[in-house]
Amino acid sequence: MAAVAKKVQDIPGTTIFDGEQALKGYALNRMCYSFNEASSREEFLKDEDAYCAKFGLNAEQREAIRARNVLQLIAAGGNIYYLAKFAGIFGLNVQDVGAQQTGMSVEEFKAMLVAAGE
Amino acid sequence: MARIIGGITTSHIPAIGNAISKGLQEEAYWKPFFDGYPPIHKWLDDVQPDVAVIIYNDHGLNFFLDKIPTFAIGAAAEYQNEDEGWGLKPLAPFAGDAEFSWHVIESLVADEFDVTMCQQMLVDHGFTVPMSLLWGHKDEIPIRTIPVCINTVQHPLPSPARCYKLGQALGNAIRSYEKDTKVVVIGTGGLSHQLDGERAGFINKEFDLMCMEKIVSDPEALTRYSILDIVKNAGAQGAELINWLTMRGALSDKVSKVHSNYHIPISNTAAGLMLLEEAA
Repeated sequence: MAAVAKKVQDIPGTTIFDGEQALKGYALNRMCYSFNEASSREEFLKDEDAYCAKFGLNAEQREAIRARNVLQLIAAGGNIYYLAKFAGIFGLNVQDVGAQQTGMSVEEFKAMLVAAGE
Repeated sequence: MARIIGGITTSHIPAIGNAISKGLQEEAYWKPFFDGYPPIHKWLDDVQPDVAVIIYNDHGLNFFLDKIPTFAIGAAAEYQNEDEGWGLKPLAPFAGDAEFSWHVIESLVADEFDVTMCQQMLVDHGFTVPMSLLWGHKDEIPIRTIPVCINTVQHPLPSPARCYKLGQALGNAIRSYEKDTKVVVIGTGGLSHQLDGERAGFINKEFDLMCMEKIVSDPEALTRYSILDIVKNAGAQGAELINWLTMRGALSDKVSKVHSNYHIPISNTAAGLMLLEEAA
């Protein structure tokens, strides 16, 4: 794992979801996986505190969920594929999520994507 | 005997599924992307494959981190899909070919690929969007499917070289099936994109175009990259290139490119499309 971690430092702005992240984020990702079910999404929206407690989120994860902050969620061990289901509850797509993480407006983020093709 | 008639690679971005269900194909944003598909529809109408082997990655619908198989193969009569947490409209179940699946599994395990065997397997947009793109315009999808799911969620991911070898074993498995069956092998996902982190929105046109060239003429060049090399050059989710390489491994050394399309951006992604035909 050390060899992987060493190489990962070469990739800026990127967290490789390895065993260390998986261990850290298990409860958070398990909660987000539950959002595949509509009933779980409703239960979360009805009582967010109770739902987070049910999955045993730690304080860092709870705060990141409260803040709806994707970079914090990743730092707390979140995996983007499961986090996308959390974002989906609020109708946010991957461009909204990308804009938030890069500190751009959604329009600026979309313009950056278009520019990549030019 | 079964034979492979060609291979297709296509992106599988969820937004495409929404665009199809809303009928946005002619809108300016979508048109350059959807315009890539009619030549492939025509080819499929001409060659009429019986079975599609679809190499894709699950994005957290069927598999959770409690158990992540590196390689999983469906062996069911049909495959269901769900809304994936975003309220996507679920599509009708896709027909499987359990007998053929079990033959492929037997052959792969004999060939030292110890795959996970799934009699129940939800397929997500990595599978359903390509099905919609290739056959969604038909009243009924005229093909049976074998889903081959590769882990791109939990690192370590299988290396490009390993996936290419899986593809070769898959090709041997398909060609050794005794029933006359025409097979198209489909690799989904890619090309460059990154959803997570401060580098979200990363796209690398130069690298993508190089991959689209090499996958035809010199796929082994791509097998020399590590997963982290691909993440660095194609973005975190650009690692889906391993699905393309698996498809390529199933084909013969010599293939001809019948059609391709490349468009930036669809959602956060550089969308790639290729049709490769087995040399006659």
